[in-house]
Amino acid sequence: MSQHYPVLTVIIPLIAALVAPLAAYLSKGLVRVVSITAVFAALLTSMAALVRALTDGTWHYVFAGWAPPWGIEYVIDPLSGGITVLITFIGFMVAIYGLPFLKEETWLKQGLHYALYLLIISGLLGMVSTGDLFNLYVFLEISSLATYGLIASGGYRSTVAAFRYLIIGTAGASFYLLGIGYLYGVTGTLNMADMAERLQPIMDSPAVIIGLVLIFIGLGLKMALFPMHGWLPDAYTFAPPAVIPFVAGVATKVPAYVLLRMFFYIVGAGSGPVPAILTVIGWVAALGIILGSVMAIAQSDFRRMLAYSSVAQVGYIALGFAIGNTYGLIGAVLHIFNHAIMKSCLFLVAGGVKWRTGQHSISRYLELSGRMPLTMGAFAIAAMSMVGLPPTAGFFSKWYLVLGAINAGKWPFVVVIILSSLLNAVYFFRVIENSFLKKSAGGKQVLKDRLKTKKGLWELPVAMLIPIVVLGVGILLLGIFNEQIVSQVLQYTLPGGGQ
Amino acid sequence: MEYGMDYRPLWAVLVSLIAAGLIMLSGRRPNLREFWTIIAAVAKIVIVFSMLPVVLVGQVIELAPLEIAKGVSLYLRVDAMGMIFAALASFLWLVTSFYSIGYMRADKAKHQTGYFASFAICLSATMGIAFAGNLLTFFIFYEILTIATYPLVVHKRDREAIKGGRKYLAYTLIAGQLMLIAIIWIQVIAGGSDFQAGGFLAGTASDGALRVIAVLMLIGTGVKAGIMPLHGWLPSAMVAPTPVSALLHAVAVVKAGAFGVLRVVGFVFGPQLFDEIGAATALAWIAAFTIIVSSLIAMRQDNLKRRLAFSTIGQLSYVVLGAALVTPLGLLGGMYHIVAHAFMKITLFFCAGAIHVTTHKDNISEMKGIGKRMPFTMAAFTIGSLGIAGLPLIVGFISKWNLALGALQRGQGIFVAVLIGSALLATTYLIPVGQMAFFTTSKKFPKIGEARLDMLIPLCLTASIAIVLGIFPDAGAHFYQLAVNSAQEIFNNSSLTMGGGW
Amino acid sequence: MNELLSNIIYFLIAVLFVFGLYGMLDKRNFMKKLMAMNIMQISVIIFFLALGQKLDATLPILVHGLEGVDQYVNPLPHALMLTAIVVSLSTTGVALALLLRIQDRYEDLEEPEILRGMDK
Repeated sequence: MSQHYPVLTVIIPLIAALVAPLAAYLSKGLVRVVSITAVFAALLTSMAALVRALTDGTWHYVFAGWAPPWGIEYVIDPLSGGITVLITFIGFMVAIYGLPFLKEETWLKQGLHYALYLLIISGLLGMVSTGDLFNLYVFLEISSLATYGLIASGGYRSTVAAFRYLIIGTAGASFYLLGIGYLYGVTGTLNMADMAERLQPIMDSPAVIIGLVLIFIGLGLKMALFPMHGWLPDAYTFAPPAVIPFVAGVATKVPAYVLLRMFFYIVGAGSGPVPAILTVIGWVAALGIILGSVMAIAQSDFRRMLAYSSVAQVGYIALGFAIGNTYGLIGAVLHIFNHAIMKSCLFLVAGGVKWRTGQHSISRYLELSGRMPLTMGAFAIAAMSMVGLPPTAGFFSKWYLVLGAINAGKWPFVVVIILSSLLNAVYFFRVIENSFLKKSAGGKQVLKDRLKTKKGLWELPVAMLIPIVVLGVGILLLGIFNEQIVSQVLQYTLPGGGQ
Repeated sequence: MEYGMDYRPLWAVLVSLIAAGLIMLSGRRPNLREFWTIIAAVAKIVIVFSMLPVVLVGQVIELAPLEIAKGVSLYLRVDAMGMIFAALASFLWLVTSFYSIGYMRADKAKHQTGYFASFAICLSATMGIAFAGNLLTFFIFYEILTIATYPLVVHKRDREAIKGGRKYLAYTLIAGQLMLIAIIWIQVIAGGSDFQAGGFLAGTASDGALRVIAVLMLIGTGVKAGIMPLHGWLPSAMVAPTPVSALLHAVAVVKAGAFGVLRVVGFVFGPQLFDEIGAATALAWIAAFTIIVSSLIAMRQDNLKRRLAFSTIGQLSYVVLGAALVTPLGLLGGMYHIVAHAFMKITLFFCAGAIHVTTHKDNISEMKGIGKRMPFTMAAFTIGSLGIAGLPLIVGFISKWNLALGALQRGQGIFVAVLIGSALLATTYLIPVGQMAFFTTSKKFPKIGEARLDMLIPLCLTASIAIVLGIFPDAGAHFYQLAVNSAQEIFNNSSLTMGGGW
Repeated sequence: MNELLSNIIYFLIAVLFVFGLYGMLDKRNFMKKLMAMNIMQISVIIFFLALGQKLDATLPILVHGLEGVDQYVNPLPHALMLTAIVVSLSTTGVALALLLRIQDRYEDLEEPEILRGMDK
């Protein structure tokens, strides 16, 4: 059993996804148990796989005895193992969080919801685990299709958002596939490690350059890198609250991770067209950080504000790639973890406020701190982390990014990062002011009417509260113990790391 | 290093953090909540003062419990200078705690739980700043202090408070981010940022780069220290309740900035390098400008707390000036002025708060004859004002004496003139308050009606300490000896002339 | 010239891909967008198939007498594209399902009309 952990991590949610509708038909309680147990099992197996990768080094899991490069292999090194744990952890938390939202739905809707949700998790895990480029495409489409379906379930507005996302997402996947086609054409292999070897002598050939540019565009679309972010705000705003914390936290990070694999492991940062592409990424990301933050300030809907902030934050990750030295990469990868946790936490809070007040507008966040102290406390921590104030996690990714940028002499990036922190402060402290300080005009009665008191007088249902608090505390812990992650998980796997 | 695994510095930081958690949990039971505050304050004093003998004989307690970023540890280091600040803040926290309990209850303030919790977190951050052994540690606690102070500034939750809070955040966050650039830059060029007496930056980068770093660092620390033109937040933040103004805007927050300036000059750049790149002269002139201009502005304020705020801005620049003189006696004077100003200004703020709670008067023009009603309070106020003006036998004189000698040591007598000018100005904006209180009469204050005892005792206590320290500067916590040790450490020469000091 | 001719299939594929992309970006009608998306996907599929082709080669089924690798078409791209076609099919299916719901709700598939409908 234990030798199959990498594949079990992917397969368990997949099987559970197939079973979910049936389970829902039998009993609504059963589907919840099945789904949450499946995600929890995946969390355990992914953790076990990570532990083994940490102790014994990179774990190559070969399918059905077909040795790579002919067969497909899964590669669990500390980095990919870490990200699978991240996905399953957030997946588990959001699965619990979603329970109260789904309670009153029909069996069919519940079954489909969990099926799609598990498919997303499975697809993302597959993308991270696999060592095969085409296999990665398949998993990319599995997770994307499930995401379109789930986003569409959020109401009539979300259907349009989902359709647009589908068009753009498919375009991204096509770009990626076409790029893989070019690389396959010149190397004759789809295995990542094998391709890395075969690419070296022909790095400057036009086919490789075109292929890499296409892959970059494809992944850029999927990770919503500015200016390819157009699909994101609508999709995040109208998606159902039971699922969006997971999608917003993880779905854009996995393509970012793939980009990292592609450029720094398979191709190598110094060779062929990569430095040129990275330069472009850097400037595009810098622009995206600033514009994303400015757009976020202009929003009055809390979720939309978070969505634009995601555009900016993905820019941080890309900026780390562009800085390209060890510190920059540590910053980028650490930010994948940090941002996943804090953005999930923020969307959890957004969903919680919607649950209590039925509102998403920032101007309606008045006086919430008194009614939902724990939720708003978690929000304050997450907001500080987004701004990058110590000792929260966000500060430390910023620390590494700036350290890398100064080391590389890339001063404009330093300015961009610092400026964006301040812009983040503007829009997050606006919300903090509203929820902690300002009084609503109509006095207590108005507040009471606004809060749906029938659903409990104090705070949120426990199932929603636990994930919020866990992630909020997680942000602090991730900040204080970030060095453990850097030295254990990242340092030895990053190219050029450990020096 | 004999004390390598001594966890006392960490506990000094953590004890009030734990208290903050307990305070939050016991929000429904005020007595229990205040009990936690007092317990934590006492525990902090015990911990901090138990380290005093070790530090006094010149040893350093070091502790690096965990690495917080690749290659950088959370590094706590108790040296003489940190000890001054920590001992001062922990002692005054206890005094202020009693005072706050009285003030908040008399004022029937809301949100007291959040208030006391934030207060405790601020004190944790202050301890962290005092004991920080490298720049990252310093910065982390510095920013925690920034954030933890915010709820205190906006405590009243009205429009004015929110505006003041915004201004406060804008100033401190921007400055903090600029300082972060400088810190990371130092990390890059020097390969580390552990504080070292006498500095560690010499020869690591070109003069131009070092100048930029110096400017960024001084903006970062200078905002909290209220150096003009970065002082704008301080008067606005006076909307906070008076104990906040007392402890935070006279001791912890602003002193964290002034302390930061001293650290930067003495332990990052080193006096010599700081002078060579020309930063010392520039900073000295800015400080002198601040001292004079803030006094002039203070004269025109009618609101007592605002007047005190501008006085604070001026007095903080004494500390900055002490650092900028880059002479042993200048640094000594600067360090001692952290202590001196703390006792004097906290007395003044306590008095302002006592007046506010007892008579609901905030403006000086309404305080005619108030000495008849609150003689003890106003006597303490007068002692504080005389100290600020630099009258001998009160603690302010000692630091100013050393500062003046420091200026002479550098050969720039002009700064002595600045000090004297400022003292004269102080006599025009603070002493008249006392005079008005005692020597004019008004029907408004017919009979004696002092403030509550839990407010009166702390303010009398701090006022007496200001006098005791003025006569025996080394009494109690040996602040003077600590400052001398630290100055000698920075100038790396125990035989260096400290002569002429008090 | 010979070089160009032997590679002409790739240029045609590129043209097809760009047509698809253009249609997706430019068309205001959601149905047309979907069709353009399909064109784009098909161009990628043809591209892979073209990669596997060899001159004078036959189906990749082992025949006695034909032993050399050169005599067979590369089967791997075909296998991959079977998967890609399935993916494309399911994407189209999901898209059509979404379009049905949009049509139900807004009674139109023109983007400007729908946006107006959303604001109501």
